[in-house]
Amino acid sequence: MNGQGIQLRASGLACIRDDRVLFSELDFTLGPGEVLLLEGRNGSGKTSLLRILCSIRLPDEGTVLWCDEDIQELGPDYHARLSYIGHRDGIKHDLTAQENLRMARALGTPDGRWSIDRALEAFGLYGFEDVPTRNLSAGQQRRVALSRLLITRAPLWILDEPFTSLDRHGIQAFEGVMERHTREGGMIVLTTHHRVRLADAPVHAINLSHES
Amino acid sequence: MSHSSLTQAFGLLLKRDLVLALRRRAEMVNPLLFFVLITSLFPLGFGADTSLLRAAGPGLIWVAALLAALLSLEGMFRSDFEDGTLEQILLSAHPVSVLVLAKVLAHWLVTGLPLILVAPLLGVLLALPTQAIEVLLLTLLLGTPVLSLIGAVGVGLTVGLRRGGVILSLLVLPLYVPVLIFASDAVATAAAGIPITAQLYILGAMLVLALSLAPLATAASLKISLS
Repeated sequence: MNGQGIQLRASGLACIRDDRVLFSELDFTLGPGEVLLLEGRNGSGKTSLLRILCSIRLPDEGTVLWCDEDIQELGPDYHARLSYIGHRDGIKHDLTAQENLRMARALGTPDGRWSIDRALEAFGLYGFEDVPTRNLSAGQQRRVALSRLLITRAPLWILDEPFTSLDRHGIQAFEGVMERHTREGGMIVLTTHHRVRLADAPVHAINLSHES
Repeated sequence: MSHSSLTQAFGLLLKRDLVLALRRRAEMVNPLLFFVLITSLFPLGFGADTSLLRAAGPGLIWVAALLAALLSLEGMFRSDFEDGTLEQILLSAHPVSVLVLAKVLAHWLVTGLPLILVAPLLGVLLALPTQAIEVLLLTLLLGTPVLSLIGAVGVGLTVGLRRGGVILSLLVLPLYVPVLIFASDAVATAAAGIPITAQLYILGAMLVLALSLAPLATAASLKISLS
């Protein structure tokens, strides 16, 4: 992965929901190999901020820049550099893990780093690749969703509560995956209530509850 | 993004939706059943007067096809919206309008094409002459894709609403009316033995217009719904 020279910058972001200002005047810059952890109470706008950073939602004020260009104008070029795991898994329960990942790879950048089988194996899903995901447990479904991160070459990961319903081994495995991603120059923006331990990756934290 | 990977994404999304439809057959059969039931009940209700039936037949079949299409619309993006795959499609590295077109095409293959396949039988049931049945097939072939394409824009706008069904029909039905008018008129005119090139050209033009503009509008409306 070429982690050189990429940068995500937010300036003056504000989000208003139902006439309530969730946050305003939010600035940050994220460089290669860095992690941004969003903290805050429930309803403090963490998910809204992630959706703004994905360009799904428009900020009420301010801009988000990817390598000094507005993400709204970059459109698909920005999406090609981005992997988003929302709080909904984004997998089809009537399809198998393999079918889901094949679709995800086709939607993203074509030359994935890892093969689908290897990505599933990394998340302990070996042997479950041809089972409809409906028959998997919630934690396993989450693992299928997280496997998406490994099969494309997106340098920016945006993760909404990625540890939800993972067991202790799953959390450890995923922390390892995140560490490798930052070592290779990738960046991560995430929300979580779990205490994230990442070796030698600078973790910046923003607490949205104080901002408002 | 290279051209071939876009084709691949289009093909995979089309295949995915067809596989999903196949694994949930019950939903797929609903609109078809509705179409067949409505049109086959009319001959029973009208009694033995075939002249009345023949006069009303083209309109009846097309109204039934239109309502069947409307009935099937809601499912187009609903499940994708609920499980979050719609977000993934919008965040794809490919143009959303092209991916939307794949979804609409899959939807038409699953809900529109079966109507065309059973339509000849229903034409016989409604005592339509042979040349009118041929024209009926032609108008359905030109018209039902337009219904799916226009419907997609409406579904895109209402997919985020909990009770979007009523608004959806209010949004979409007025846009369906031109298709209904020209298609049923073409069938009725053909039954009378008069050439129908004008109606077919207009239907063709509507299809081309919908094919080129509706995917862009749908992509925009989905973006609005998700934001």
